[in-house]
Amino acid sequence: MTGRAVDPKAFRPPARVVIVAGKGGVGKTTVSAALARGAAAAGLRTLIVEVEGDSGLPALFGRESALGYEESVLTPAGGSGPGSAEIRARALTPDDVLVEYLEDRGMKRVSRRLAQTGTLEVIATAVPGIKDILVLGKVKQVERRMAAGDPGAPDCIVVDAPAAGHAVTFLSSAHGLLDAAPAGPVRGQAAEVVELLSDPARCQVLLVTIPEETPVNEAAATAFRLEDRAGVKLTPIVVNGMWPVLDLPASPPGGMALAPSAASAVTATATFRRSRQEQQAEQVDRLGRLLPLEQIHLPFLFTTELGPDELGALASALASQLGQVWRPAGR
Amino acid sequence: MATGGPVAGSPRSASLTEVVARSQVVICAGPGGAGKTTCAAAIALEGARQGRRVCVVTIDPAKRLADALGLESLTNDARPVAVPGLGSESGSGSGWRSGSGQLWALMLDTKSTFDEVVRANALSPDQAQAILDNKLYRNISSALGGTQEYMAMEKLYALHSSGQFDLLVVDTPPSRHALDFLDAPSRLLRFLNNRIFLLLMAPTRASLRAIGMATQVFVRTLSKVVGGAVVSDTIDFFATFEGMEQGFRDRAAAVDRLLVDPATAFVLVAAPRREAVAEAVYFADRLHASGGRVRALVANRMFPSFGPVPAPLAAASAAPNAAATVMALAHNMADFDRVASREEACLTELVDRLADAPVVRVPFLATDVHDITGLEQIGQWLFGRDVVGP
Repeated sequence: MTGRAVDPKAFRPPARVVIVAGKGGVGKTTVSAALARGAAAAGLRTLIVEVEGDSGLPALFGRESALGYEESVLTPAGGSGPGSAEIRARALTPDDVLVEYLEDRGMKRVSRRLAQTGTLEVIATAVPGIKDILVLGKVKQVERRMAAGDPGAPDCIVVDAPAAGHAVTFLSSAHGLLDAAPAGPVRGQAAEVVELLSDPARCQVLLVTIPEETPVNEAAATAFRLEDRAGVKLTPIVVNGMWPVLDLPASPPGGMALAPSAASAVTATATFRRSRQEQQAEQVDRLGRLLPLEQIHLPFLFTTELGPDELGALASALASQLGQVWRPAGR
Repeated sequence: MATGGPVAGSPRSASLTEVVARSQVVICAGPGGAGKTTCAAAIALEGARQGRRVCVVTIDPAKRLADALGLESLTNDARPVAVPGLGSESGSGSGWRSGSGQLWALMLDTKSTFDEVVRANALSPDQAQAILDNKLYRNISSALGGTQEYMAMEKLYALHSSGQFDLLVVDTPPSRHALDFLDAPSRLLRFLNNRIFLLLMAPTRASLRAIGMATQVFVRTLSKVVGGAVVSDTIDFFATFEGMEQGFRDRAAAVDRLLVDPATAFVLVAAPRREAVAEAVYFADRLHASGGRVRALVANRMFPSFGPVPAPLAAASAAPNAAATVMALAHNMADFDRVASREEACLTELVDRLADAPVVRVPFLATDVHDITGLEQIGQWLFGRDVVGP
């Protein structure tokens, strides 16, 4: 996490697709957005893929309208700093992906009606994991266009994955289906998704957690399950919400004419923060022992809502630290 | 759907203590990451401290309640939790006294619960077995959205009917959207009543004609895409299931009635963050529309408020020769004050929406909660006992 400064313009993710995963409430969407913004600032046209809908992603970019199935522009070129590239986003919600898949296979006239009558749910239950595979299959389509040098394709894809437990299912469904399903188009799709996930030049997973006991435990458990079941490469883990460490004395120094109540408020605030600082240091240390991954620390910003300004600060912090881990020479 | 009753007309000054005391069921709902599991456990502990027989039902696959209760694992059957100072049936019997408070805990096993429901509703043991053996059925509990939520309600209903407990506290699944819990029964019923497959399994020639060309094309194409075996398993499932829908519908209606019963209290748990509050407002409106009500709001993980930076400290830290420690102290107080004031503003819309429900603010604690002692601490904030400033 320390070392020489890295030129933000040289920031390059190690894979075409970076999947951001973590337990609910740890800031997965925020990290996805910050990563996209860091990549855009380095001149990479970046596409964020949302898979659950209603994530609060647009608000981070100062926008109010929800994302649609088709790509929309979140930040125009130049909007993330001089020379920055465009950031786009789309919501690949599983139902829509399944409808599109069926439409492409001769069910155009009935697929919308199937969605309304709940028949899609029946199909998705009869073939568990089909939605996950189709969503990742769509991501793979875009990734193939990138690889082929399609000028309309992005330079970088960031996928905001479902919450932790679901992320393991999301990423391991393709393997599961290959083991269980008979031949057919869906099986072919699953095989291609497995190829995508197991090639670290094409796809890597960025885990997110916060420096508290349960989230740290869950991050470690998720990491092992992802490596075992999804065969995907994990890049560094992001520890979000780190309180900036202050060097605080036990009590205010004399000579300030503080009223006793004010002095005790100052002391109580300092005591509280020192306690949180000690705990987070302990949790970060424990995470390091549980999980041999490099850690990226993002600061807690002492606010209740994040907007474009806060996102900019997080993007710089993320890109400068990731830039050192993801150096071109280190690939 | 019962919406009136003594609880609905209760004074708005009711505390969470009173809400819990007069409820038979407490459902902790809210967006993910808000601390529902911890709150549910703390509420259950309070119920037991009030001398009641309490069971807390958790559905969380991350087993966070198990962490919170210091247990290694939970099962689909309620088991007693050893709590210092509470009687329990689990020991040699010496510690258990009739009428004394008890705390039990249960981790929902979605699959076994669904199996029990199938056995209870099947017209014959053969029908039950045929369903349990069906491939599509075996996927339902893991792959069909909302099943976990619905089985949580089913388990709740079964425990409630058993009369074994005075109070049930339910921790809802960690879905991104709190509403998934309320939508679950209709999703499952819609699945079980799927019209296309009902038509497909109809045996007569007349009904075959009624299916229409579009559906026949659909089935042929579907067989090509996902495989013929999958389609025939699916048709088998719906054929086997025939005759049981009514039982499921009746049960879902009974569960719905329990959810809006005056003795059932929804406690909304939300952290004071923009997205969480928006989600909680949406949930409260939706619950209200279906005849239920939020009885209390737990604003969890609130930043402790220590007040603004005292003037002498602000002045000292702004001085040109200010010591680093003085600047750090001022900086720290300003950080806390900034968040604390924004949090109140962030909660306003939700608090206004729940005008007659008590709002309990639980601070973000200096240490994480993972044992009974930690739950007791949360309980002090929830129930206002011996609370001293942060």
